[in-house]
Amino acid sequence: MDLKIYKRRQLVNRVGLTLSMSAMGLGLFVLLWILYVLFSNGIAALDWAMFTQSTPAPGSEGGGLANAIVGSLMMVGVTALVSTPIGILAGVYLTEYGDQSKTAGLTRFVTDIMLSAPSIVLGLFVYAVMVAQVKHFSGWAGTVALSLIAIPVVVRTTENMLRLVPGSLREAAFALGAPRWKVATMITLRAAQSGVMTGLLLALARISGETAPLLFTALNNQFFSTNMNAPMANLPVVIFQFAMSPYDNWVRLAWGGALLITLTVLILNIVARVFFRDNAQR
Amino acid sequence: MDSLDKADKQSETNMLSVVKRQRIEDFIFHKLTLGFSLLVLFALMGIIVSLLINAWPSLSKFGVQFVWRVEWDIVNEEFGAAIAIFGTLVSAVIALLIAVPLSFGIALFLTETCPVYLRRPLGSAIELLAAVPSIIYGMFGLFVFAPLFAEYGQPALQSTLGKMPLIGGLFGGAMNGVGILAAGIILAFMIVPFIAAVMRDVFEIVPPILRESAYGLGCTTWEVVRSIVLPYTQKGVIGGVMLGLGRALGETMAVTFVIGNSQRLSASLFAPGTTIASTLANEFGEAADLHLSTLFALGFLLFVITFVVLSAAKIMLIRAEKAKGTKT
Repeated sequence: MDLKIYKRRQLVNRVGLTLSMSAMGLGLFVLLWILYVLFSNGIAALDWAMFTQSTPAPGSEGGGLANAIVGSLMMVGVTALVSTPIGILAGVYLTEYGDQSKTAGLTRFVTDIMLSAPSIVLGLFVYAVMVAQVKHFSGWAGTVALSLIAIPVVVRTTENMLRLVPGSLREAAFALGAPRWKVATMITLRAAQSGVMTGLLLALARISGETAPLLFTALNNQFFSTNMNAPMANLPVVIFQFAMSPYDNWVRLAWGGALLITLTVLILNIVARVFFRDNAQR
Repeated sequence: MDSLDKADKQSETNMLSVVKRQRIEDFIFHKLTLGFSLLVLFALMGIIVSLLINAWPSLSKFGVQFVWRVEWDIVNEEFGAAIAIFGTLVSAVIALLIAVPLSFGIALFLTETCPVYLRRPLGSAIELLAAVPSIIYGMFGLFVFAPLFAEYGQPALQSTLGKMPLIGGLFGGAMNGVGILAAGIILAFMIVPFIAAVMRDVFEIVPPILRESAYGLGCTTWEVVRSIVLPYTQKGVIGGVMLGLGRALGETMAVTFVIGNSQRLSASLFAPGTTIASTLANEFGEAADLHLSTLFALGFLLFVITFVVLSAAKIMLIRAEKAKGTKT
């Protein structure tokens, strides 16, 4: 046996696998590094005032992010209310009615593209059809932009989850004489409940951190406001504005907001995963 | 008897009315769900049409040349997209050059060498990288990565790759951390999770019998992956890479923080530049008239480019899916 070739192959294998392991290590390292940076910079800003006071004027001390937190919660909340029924029903169409039809195929294709479409362009679109028409930025416009991002996520996960429901369950219901809409809402959707919930949570996580589509739609508001028809403060845009500013106090608050938003998003993600796994194993 | 017959008739008409009602309900529900799923299609068409309408003043003034004009003069209203397109493409290509080998390594590790009990937690950890909002990557890039990169990374690159002929010029100029290269590196870490997830999924569908036969012939793990797994999953891998490219092209916030935002063309990758998305984020607030219309034209270009790339990715992945159906 030619030992030289054998040794060489073994060496190549070892080098390749070591590199692959270090790629994994690098990925984990970056995740931990980002979390470390967020905690070490953000924890200083995390105090009671951050949740009770509104954003400070340029150059002044103190202040908090209360208006931005409330604005973000309102916009994300309304987005969830709007995109949940739309997304779920569209997902039902794709599995229960459309299935192999051309319309369903095209919708599936477009939804997949919208999933990765540049979010800033969605912001431009909403600016053109809403903000430019009424001539002022508003929380509603921000909600529409966020819904455009959330709906494809809900549609796709709902569809995938409904597909996991065994066909025999549907057939049993049909055999009892149940109409299609009852089978869809009372049998398949109910069976896929936990998966659909996971999709919703993931959609919420996705839109909580979106900045680009809000820049041209909800913009920002220095003051506390719950008026959805006026410019509305929100965490991502405030972080963007404050982080790029020369004021130390603003940068400090930006880190606080960044920590808050990342924790929210990561917790939503982890809850979604654990939730789904526990229910899937049952 | 008569009364029984009557009761029979009665229940029959009852049945009929129930069936009729259910037909109507079903019809309404069908059209309702159809309407909502068409909403996505209408949104797409609406986006294209409204961007085109708003971009029209600029597009009709500059014509096709808009794409390769380098002027960007807000005062005299002379605009061209070349610098933004250049920055978008270069930063995305840098991101791919870094992200593809990294993602391959991660997918290989997760499917071949990783102990089974670690697969799920490690895979989830990588997916969490995708969940971190892009603005966080931006802040991380600007406040943490850029200073370190200026102090250690750039001098090291300049004294090694910068000395080489032909590509040396790419690593010249001032070293202040931010620039096209820094943006590419940050972008790379943002798209790794997407590419790695697709690669892992397609690696897992390789029939065990192929893998086992190769091992049986005495192949090393590396050889199995290179000559069995990769060729088998080719289409899926390319689809995943295209998906990452689509993401990198349209990414806004992370890039805006670290690219330096300057409408100038430079041969050096250390120099500040701009991308379509970051130009939009930076200038939209103060834009009016032709400037505004030009920004819409840029947005339209970006949408068309990403649409093409993402469609190609999707088609590749659909083909990979079909191949799986026939070969196993």
